Amino acid sequence: MSILVYIEHTEGAIKKTSLEAVSYASALGEKEGKEVVAVALGKIEDSALAKAGSAGAKKVLHVADEKLNDGVIQAHASAVGQAFEQSGADTLVLAKSSLGDAVAARLSVKLKAGLASNVVALPEEDGGYKVRRSIYTGKAFTDTVITTDNKILAVKKNAVALKSDGADAAVETLEVALAEGDFAAKITSTDKATDEISLPEADIVVSGGRGLKGPENWNLIEDLAKAMGAATGCSKPVSDSGWRPHHEHVGQTGVKVAPSLYVAVGISGAIQHLAGVNASKYILVINKDPEAPFFKAADYGIVGDAFEILPKLTEALKAIK
Amino acid sequence: MKILVCITHVPDTTSKIQFTDDNTKFDKTGVQFIIGPYDDYALARAVELRDQSSGSLTVLNVGEAETEPTLRKALAIGADEAIRVNSFPSDSLFVASQIAHYAKEGGYDLILMGRESIDFNGGMVHGMVAEMLGMPSVSPVMKLDLEGDVASIAREIEGGKEYLEVKLPFVAGCQEPIAEWKIPNMRGIMSARSKPLNVVDPVSDEAATKTVGYELPPAKGSVKLIDKDNVEELVNLLQNDAKVL
Repeated sequence: MSILVYIEHTEGAIKKTSLEAVSYASALGEKEGKEVVAVALGKIEDSALAKAGSAGAKKVLHVADEKLNDGVIQAHASAVGQAFEQSGADTLVLAKSSLGDAVAARLSVKLKAGLASNVVALPEEDGGYKVRRSIYTGKAFTDTVITTDNKILAVKKNAVALKSDGADAAVETLEVALAEGDFAAKITSTDKATDEISLPEADIVVSGGRGLKGPENWNLIEDLAKAMGAATGCSKPVSDSGWRPHHEHVGQTGVKVAPSLYVAVGISGAIQHLAGVNASKYILVINKDPEAPFFKAADYGIVGDAFEILPKLTEALKAIK
Repeated sequence: MKILVCITHVPDTTSKIQFTDDNTKFDKTGVQFIIGPYDDYALARAVELRDQSSGSLTVLNVGEAETEPTLRKALAIGADEAIRVNSFPSDSLFVASQIAHYAKEGGYDLILMGRESIDFNGGMVHGMVAEMLGMPSVSPVMKLDLEGDVASIAREIEGGKEYLEVKLPFVAGCQEPIAEWKIPNMRGIMSARSKPLNVVDPVSDEAATKTVGYELPPAKGSVKLIDKDNVEELVNLLQNDAKVL
């Protein structure tokens, strides 16, 4: 038996969240005595795929069909399903993402596999196959027992330590049969901000709220983010007012982030915003209102005017680089 | 055109989450239940699409009798009829099977729901329903326009958007800004009382997972405040204490 990991890639490299999924599978494989095989779809160099080995994959199956370059959900589900059956796997591990979720859901039906999403720990075997996952947007955890033979685990980002000491994996080409129906949803174009650090995957996130007073002041957030190597986010009122694009909205109904450090500037900390960030390892809050509820959820805080503090902080960060 | 919108009945986003019975049950004390916020976006867009095409709009929930006020609210917002599949929604595959069954029976052209429920956050039900019905699924959808039987869709992906064309029928998981939430008006609330709300039995009890317990995360320690004129100390803490730089 083996564990199959569906890995996503971008800009010619495996995504960090997918490497986390491989790391998770690798720890699971060690526990269950199973080999970890990864599958990647679409155009990417085999040398880049071999890097899945560093996180613990022994082998990577590469379906190089160009029709899979775009993340067409049904086609990806179909290809991964075939890889699952051909590799004799009984467990599929993947990273939660806009594509991963959709692929996992379809495969749960196709493979008759119980699915646990937002998984944050390895399964425990007492009383069945018990998996801990994050629920209520990070406000609680639940233990879910998967009762089927085949299993799918969608791993929450930043919940797993990245393993990086493995040797390169062997890459093999895999052929799959794709039907016309797999491409019923046609991707006509994509619009991606490639020059920025991706917000959902960033290790540090700097977010601004209404305290910034207007979009014209966003350079303060951007400069700080740059000095920290961070992605930028914003609160809901900011994206609602059109100061920043919707995909930067962090919170319960926006992007959920789980970085090592979340920096909130001029954000009061409404419960809906906290829900999107409470999985962060450390939270730094900068706000001129000492009563801002965000301070209660923070590890570090500065009470003061963002317009004064941000330039000083940016300079101090540049000084240590 | 026949539209089906599937809604969840979930705690208000400001609810304090607590558990009872030795951490085996969600504590409903003082909790207000609402239409899932993402489902509310799906419903709002569905009302607009129904009005454009003079079709029909059915809203469905898998839940016990306590969810009926939530379904009535969806009727007040503009759905024409409601279906309640009388069962506790214990597992996403179970819920998806119910939706797929009644969606097939009703012959719907468009099946919308939220990108995820805000209680279990799985985001899996729409994909499962689509697979069961052999339809395409798209999620999270932030824009959906129909021209004849072809939808043009904008889907949010990591750090951007993807644009798609999909022919009816299909399943979509929705999120903002697909439409503005609709607040029921008095006429809507009055008419919702007389609109049909059909209670049906679950078609199977097939499930692939079961939930055995809950736990709250450990409480956060108190914040360490740093003087606003001493950003160097903050940088030092981030670098050497938290080790995040």
